[in-house]
Amino acid sequence: MNYDSRKELYQEMIIEHNKKPRNFRKMEGATHTAEGYNPLCGDHLMVYLHINGSGTIDDISFEGDGCAISRASASLMTSSLKGKTLHEASVLFEQFHSLIKGELKPEKDSNILGKLTVFSGVWHFPTRVKCASLCWHTMRGAIEHKTTVSTE
Amino acid sequence: MHRITGLNVSQIRKDFPNLHVEVQGKPLVYLDNAATAFKPQTVIDAIAAHYRTETSNVHRGVHFLSEQATARFEQARDKVRDFIRARKSCEIVFTRGTTEAINLVAYSYGRHFLNKGDEIIISEMEHHSNIVPWQILCEEKGCVLKVIPFNDEGELDLEAFKRLVSPRTRFVSVVYISNSLGTINPIRKIIQTAHQCKAPVFIDAAQAVSHHKIDVQELDCDFLAFSGHKLFGPTGVGVLYGKEEFLEKMPPFHGGGDMISSVTFEKTTYNTLPYKFEAGTPHVAGVIGLGAAMDYVQSVGFEDMTAYEKELLDYGTKALSGIAGLRLIGTAKEKAAILSFIVSGIHAHDIGTLVNDEGVAIRTGHHCTQPVMRHFGIPATSRASLAFYNTKEEIDKLVEAVLKTKDVFR
Repeated sequence: MNYDSRKELYQEMIIEHNKKPRNFRKMEGATHTAEGYNPLCGDHLMVYLHINGSGTIDDISFEGDGCAISRASASLMTSSLKGKTLHEASVLFEQFHSLIKGELKPEKDSNILGKLTVFSGVWHFPTRVKCASLCWHTMRGAIEHKTTVSTE
Repeated sequence: MHRITGLNVSQIRKDFPNLHVEVQGKPLVYLDNAATAFKPQTVIDAIAAHYRTETSNVHRGVHFLSEQATARFEQARDKVRDFIRARKSCEIVFTRGTTEAINLVAYSYGRHFLNKGDEIIISEMEHHSNIVPWQILCEEKGCVLKVIPFNDEGELDLEAFKRLVSPRTRFVSVVYISNSLGTINPIRKIIQTAHQCKAPVFIDAAQAVSHHKIDVQELDCDFLAFSGHKLFGPTGVGVLYGKEEFLEKMPPFHGGGDMISSVTFEKTTYNTLPYKFEAGTPHVAGVIGLGAAMDYVQSVGFEDMTAYEKELLDYGTKALSGIAGLRLIGTAKEKAAILSFIVSGIHAHDIGTLVNDEGVAIRTGHHCTQPVMRHFGIPATSRASLAFYNTKEEIDKLVEAVLKTKDVFR
């Protein structure tokens, strides 16, 4: 099938977050950190979290190199996760994963994805799914105390 | 209109059915020939004929179809011999591709004739397939890998090479044309220098074979390899050329049928060249298809092809250089029609996906040459690789598509 990437993938919000990524910084005093790497395309990022004693993500940030999809995904992920509990983060991880695999349809399936539904077209571009998911795997790896996460 | 040099490109394009498909509702612009090239109808017909009415295994069969398939298979070997001007057909070994050919030599020659402390020289611009087999060998045998560096134009530093070569150098393996930079390496000089220290030289001709006439005797390389699918033939078949004196003394790579002359449980004696290196049923249809591909290329003629590709390269270099923020990666004086580039502020993968909207197929990423990316401090490039069936109009479409991509990120 042919899909127009301009309509399905490179939405206004994605372009904007790529240009001005939120929470794009190294975090001093992070409680959890992991490095994510996609050997297929060379995308590389660090995710930093500060999780407080009651299991809430006080702060989250990232830095690294990658395509517009991976950068915008990390920017939107950090925006979504700030202030969330670890349980909510895990629900979001699962829902985002289903979304980019094309299993969760945001218009009919209940979800708490909010702005993250901007990635609903990614599944039409199988080679780009990992671009969107790398930061999420890295975030989960950090919480699970894995220091490096690879998409392979 | 396309008749720029001696080539009638409009006519040639009719020979390649895959050029005439649509992508995203637009005519395909295929600029990914360094990854794999399209096949002319004659190649498709040769393979189809084998499967339709000429199917048989080769060697030893006494029935008509087997004799016919064996004859076609061995004719293809003779065609390869003539195509690269080898001395003898027994110097032509069919493999799955360039990668298997390199592994064959690294295992068979490397494990038998190289020892602890021996040095193997490769270059900084090798494809991973000409790095990893030697690293595996070094790890196993305690050999040392040395690397010829290149400059920022993407040209090998021959002075550095001369300093690396010593009596400890026991093998040299270099790429003829870089798949990610397009550089045509001065392999004659490399071969001569290596031979002064009696080090055998392997040439990875995966890219070169479709751009330049190759003469292994004139080059005096000891080994050379290429893949069928980059030479307008099928995937899954390739060629290892080796000088008879080397192949003769090397032990087999794979054991199995066809590579033996007699087997008992006490002792097996091996077949003669080249069969010693061809265990199991080969890719019969693939080899026959490769023969047809070489016939096709020879009917077009390298002289016109090379001249036309140079025109395309010059045109593409100028056209892409005119795009603000675009930088060509690989600007060697001696270059094949490969245009690798980066665009400031836009990742190669985004370029690849967005130009695809316009029907333009290019490759993006590290092109299995991560050390090259590291040299330039970049994660990836976009690469347009041209063949003699491409046109200046197609290059214009690439330029338009890149400009549209820039608009998205403005």
